[in-house]
Amino acid sequence: MAANASQAKTARGPDAAFILKKAVISALVALVLFSLMIGIRTEAGSDGQLTWWTRFGDLAAMVAVVFGGSIVMELLRHWWGPVDTVRVVPPSAQKVFSFAGRALVPALLIFTFLVPVIFYDERYILDLGILVLTYVMLGWGLNVVVGLAGLLDLGYVAFYAVGAYSYALLATNFGLSFWICLPLAGILAAFFGVLLGFPVLRLRGDYLAIVTLAFGEIIRLVIINWQTLTGGPNGISGIPRPTMFGIPLTPGDGGLADRLGIEFSPTHRIVFLFYLILALALLTNWVTIRLRRLPIGRAWEALREDEVACRALGINTTTTKLTAFATGAMFGGFAGAFFATRQGFISPESFTFHESALVLAIVVLGGMGSQLGVALAALAMIGGFELFRGLEQFRMLVFGGAMVLLMIWRPRGLIGHRAPTVFLERNTVISSDLVKEGHG
Amino acid sequence: MNINDILSVENLTMRFGGIVAVNDLSFTAERGKITALIGPNGAGKTTVFNCITGFYKPTSGTIKLRHSDGEWRLERLNDFRISKIAKVARTFQNIRLFPGMTALENLMVAQHNTLMRASGFTLLGLFGVPSYRAAEKAAIDLARYWLDQIGLLERADDAAGNLPYGDQRRLEIARAMCTEPALLCLDEPAAGLNARESAALNELLLKIRAEHGTSILLIEHDMSVVMQISDHINVLDYGVKIADGTPQQIRDNPKVIAAYLGADEEEAIAVMEGET
Repeated sequence: MAANASQAKTARGPDAAFILKKAVISALVALVLFSLMIGIRTEAGSDGQLTWWTRFGDLAAMVAVVFGGSIVMELLRHWWGPVDTVRVVPPSAQKVFSFAGRALVPALLIFTFLVPVIFYDERYILDLGILVLTYVMLGWGLNVVVGLAGLLDLGYVAFYAVGAYSYALLATNFGLSFWICLPLAGILAAFFGVLLGFPVLRLRGDYLAIVTLAFGEIIRLVIINWQTLTGGPNGISGIPRPTMFGIPLTPGDGGLADRLGIEFSPTHRIVFLFYLILALALLTNWVTIRLRRLPIGRAWEALREDEVACRALGINTTTTKLTAFATGAMFGGFAGAFFATRQGFISPESFTFHESALVLAIVVLGGMGSQLGVALAALAMIGGFELFRGLEQFRMLVFGGAMVLLMIWRPRGLIGHRAPTVFLERNTVISSDLVKEGHG
Repeated sequence: MNINDILSVENLTMRFGGIVAVNDLSFTAERGKITALIGPNGAGKTTVFNCITGFYKPTSGTIKLRHSDGEWRLERLNDFRISKIAKVARTFQNIRLFPGMTALENLMVAQHNTLMRASGFTLLGLFGVPSYRAAEKAAIDLARYWLDQIGLLERADDAAGNLPYGDQRRLEIARAMCTEPALLCLDEPAAGLNARESAALNELLLKIRAEHGTSILLIEHDMSVVMQISDHINVLDYGVKIADGTPQQIRDNPKVIAAYLGADEEEAIAVMEGET
């Protein structure tokens, strides 16, 4: 990829020979792969014998598609150019862009606040909004670990699970309220974050990713097998719904609707949950933005850039890594507690590797380290996925294709550049080429 | 250990498997002076540096450091503590800045420990207490001072990775100085610099010594730097010290001339005179 990009940079205009060569190689690979998969069709005959026939027409069509697709892809790449190419944009358009850029965040925020008002009668949209916000929060939490500290964590769902089960168990066994359990769930998840952090301190890159992946699976397997505590695969049901600081959102006497003297509607609870997760997500965002400007946040980013230099400057990389793991895990725990109270029922099935991969995809797609990018990516990943629901079984295919195109267009995520945490005169953004991704 | 010495390396040996990189090396560095460590490629200079700054644990030997804050045995300290507590800062042969952070941010990261204490280990800083804001302002002022010293104040808000090579070298020295070290270890600070930049580097190092009283330990190949600013030179070859003395003594030492650049004495003398 890098070689191609540099080639594209130096060569002016599409290099026909290079593109053709690439397309031929892709077509050859496709031919080898598909010759057995598509070229030959086998089936059990009427009395069990193997019957087979060839489908060279289909095979030729597939190879042709790959050949053509490869050429189109290369041309697109030339057309768009790599991210850092300077494109001539008229100053007036630049002004519009920069204004749109600055107005985007407040506009998004105001829109989010108004969602329950605009879509009050549309339960589906509200539920989707809650789901998107949950993933925004998870993305922001994981962003601390992956985006800022550069530690690749494939087991983030473990902390989500710890948070969810902490709330579920504390609430069902001891009858503690959501508002007491929420910080406890965060603390417990942070504790597990440190627990994971200790053994992986010396690991970097791929090795770190594998151990965190295993950690996620261990937590899930413990939950499945520790039946006396967690109910095993049956999960925990009857988890108390959240109250509005003690006022239950239920029909009948003493409920919120009763006290306000309005008619009860189940939507009240959904709206409350929406604002609850919005508040939690914004808290995550606020804390992360503050932390980035504090010495600990700068140390995280420095750790991502160069760990050896950090140690030479007297930074304790052990505690710095552990705080990153703990902070990220804590937000995961909050999100988990919210998830449990929203669902009212949790089981290990909700905490599979798929969730970790999804959250990581959101962080990577958003542009590692960028808060706005992560929020947009969560919207695209969760909301976009729902958008394609009409396509039924082709949903995954279209979605996957969209992801691939997006990553070709923006290899460092939607918002790839980095904003400095402190400046003397000018607040310039730093090109993604310079920012390191971390070695784990 | 002499009373005037800040650093005393005694019988230092470092083995990597069967290879003896440093063999029974002893030398001292005087307080407030510039001490140079020279020798041909592969003589073990960087290994000595890595032992002093804690990146390697020496096979045997002691490294003593003493200044107004106290006395330490560096071979027993973790790498980050050597910088944090014993106040030894270093730069790297291949520049190790944080390329995606601005020049200013690089200097702010260097003041991590001071700022961490001021931010109440993050908790107070999270709520922006005035004392932390004052500490941060002081840190920015210190960074601004050092940016001014190295002539990079104009480029404070540019990414470190975007700076020219010579500027990166100086920025790394400034970053090390922001940890307010008692001993500054520079690993080939003049590598890749042109004559004018080398001269500017000499000035900077002499200024650091004169105005901040920081002792400097220097590895360098560029003789125009070593001979002009060093107070004392130690010469290493194959991990053994073959000579030490003032620049004049080293320049005249036939053993050094022979060992340093092989048998070709004419060429060696030319290098020692700093003519190449």
